[in-house]
Amino acid sequence: MSTLAACFKGQVGDFRLDIEFSIPAQGVTALFGPSGCGKTTLLRCIAGLTRLPDGSLSLNGDIWQHGRTFVPTHKRPIGYVFQEPGLFAHLNVINNLTYGMRRAGIAGRDTQDLEELTRLMGINHLLERRVQALSGGEKQRVAIARALLMKPRILLMDEPLSALDQDNKNEIMPYLEQLHAQLEIPVLYVTHDRREVERLADRILLLRNGALLAQGEIGEIMTRPDLPFASAQDAVTVLDGKVLHFDARYGLSTLQIDGGSLEVPDTLGPTGVYKRLRIAATDVSLALNLDHSSSILNRLPAVIWKILPTGGPSLNVLLRVGNMGEGNALLASVTRKSVETMDLRTGQQVYAQIKGASLLGSQTTSKPRTQHMTPTTGHG
Amino acid sequence: MTEAILLTLKLATLTTLILLLIGTPLAWWLARNRSWWKEIINALVALPLVLPPTVLGFYLLLVMSPQSTFGVFLKQTFGVTLPFTFEGLVVGSVIYSLPFVVQPIRNAFEALGSAPMEVAATLRASPLDRFLSVALPLARPGFLSGAVLGFAHTVGEFGVVLMIGGNLPGETKVLSIAIYDHVESLEWTQAHILSGGMLAGSFLLILAMMLIEKRWGRLNG
Repeated sequence: MSTLAACFKGQVGDFRLDIEFSIPAQGVTALFGPSGCGKTTLLRCIAGLTRLPDGSLSLNGDIWQHGRTFVPTHKRPIGYVFQEPGLFAHLNVINNLTYGMRRAGIAGRDTQDLEELTRLMGINHLLERRVQALSGGEKQRVAIARALLMKPRILLMDEPLSALDQDNKNEIMPYLEQLHAQLEIPVLYVTHDRREVERLADRILLLRNGALLAQGEIGEIMTRPDLPFASAQDAVTVLDGKVLHFDARYGLSTLQIDGGSLEVPDTLGPTGVYKRLRIAATDVSLALNLDHSSSILNRLPAVIWKILPTGGPSLNVLLRVGNMGEGNALLASVTRKSVETMDLRTGQQVYAQIKGASLLGSQTTSKPRTQHMTPTTGHG
Repeated sequence: MTEAILLTLKLATLTTLILLLIGTPLAWWLARNRSWWKEIINALVALPLVLPPTVLGFYLLLVMSPQSTFGVFLKQTFGVTLPFTFEGLVVGSVIYSLPFVVQPIRNAFEALGSAPMEVAATLRASPLDRFLSVALPLARPGFLSGAVLGFAHTVGEFGVVLMIGGNLPGETKVLSIAIYDHVESLEWTQAHILSGGMLAGSFLLILAMMLIEKRWGRLNG
């Protein structure tokens, strides 16, 4: 498997970076952490825009930095999307798009790639416009297309949405999700916005004060009891489900997850496709018995793994789905009062009740990303 | 009279072209360099802004004179004598007008920031390529200001010319000297024609520059 291996230790200004990792170069990896934790510096080091003397970096075995070797930015097969779109003001949209292509030795403006990508990004009607005439969201879409048209071997994105207002963010997100589903190349995505991580990332590198705090698959990181995500008041579970079948009579799709299955309104795509589910902890309640008297569709047997304080009146109960707790982790938000009256304890068997409406899959993933996905028969 | 006008235009055009050639890399270096001694170079470049032209002319005359080491070197190597020649005027004008060309270009380069150059680097442009394809076009308003100011200042210079060029018709007698001559000889009509022409010409030049800048501002804004 192709790998991105990096080791950067050293001072950048008044900031110290001490990071070493090796990740599979596929899918979207979020570099996540609060402002000033070194995410952008790390991305700049990977691009060669910032040079740390003792760093080393390689992609699929090609060394970009090691000892005295330092491949300058313009010779690295990267695509880089900056926080500000950075379109060249003296060029129109099409000339911005072809600027990198021509230098990467890829044929000019009438190629099929250009045609397809501009359509995918919804900018094909803007090609002859001056860049000053574009909205913030359109500019960033042009910048993303410009980077991708060079056919880079890795796409680096530095908070591409943070300079946009909410409307522009909402406008551009579906395009990013489309890209996520269709891109063949690995993406490193810097962000401090957890919602972007939930929607886009397959894997997280969690940074704190210039160091790597944790790394792993998104589903695992969001529910790890030792990390801040699982004990947040707005905690969510992110998991991947495989579409098993669609029930046309009720308009419900059945999704298989690790340790059970879920019914979700709407058609989610053909059988066998993986969909990402985002389940807010506040949309999950607990029952001690299987209660068929409520309108809640999805009830999964689960085992309490850990009860996490959130700092508020509610606690987050970390569950493992399945009769024996063998399946996916799942977070439920339960008031402290309920925890006491129900006498919830670690190791206890409960039923997790998930409001069906909260299970809207946000996007398609063409390939299974969790390696430990095992076929099980549905319980719910 | 026509001779003086043509000579002035020739001097100013040549000076501006030379200044754009040497001013651009100098301005780039001043805009990008972070070392402390850059300020020394910067002060040297800016010196003609505050120095009386006669002082500058006096020192230039000393340096250029056939008796000086530099003068001897020029004579022996290139067979050129600078004082009281057109070539000498060009050299003097280049030094005198240097800050008026370098400053606007430098400001334009500084206003660019590092972002466009970094973007270009991620789009596979080599350092020279990104200078030519990004920095130069984006700094265009600075080049326009620099060229106009350099040209206008060269046309208007008097002190330096008088010191190192004197008053040789067809060789060093530029407009400002010609006007001075006419006034000295009480030839008011000729002085009026030349002065009025300079006034109108300067006004039109500045107006044209502002209109072009405004148009570019609208394009880039």
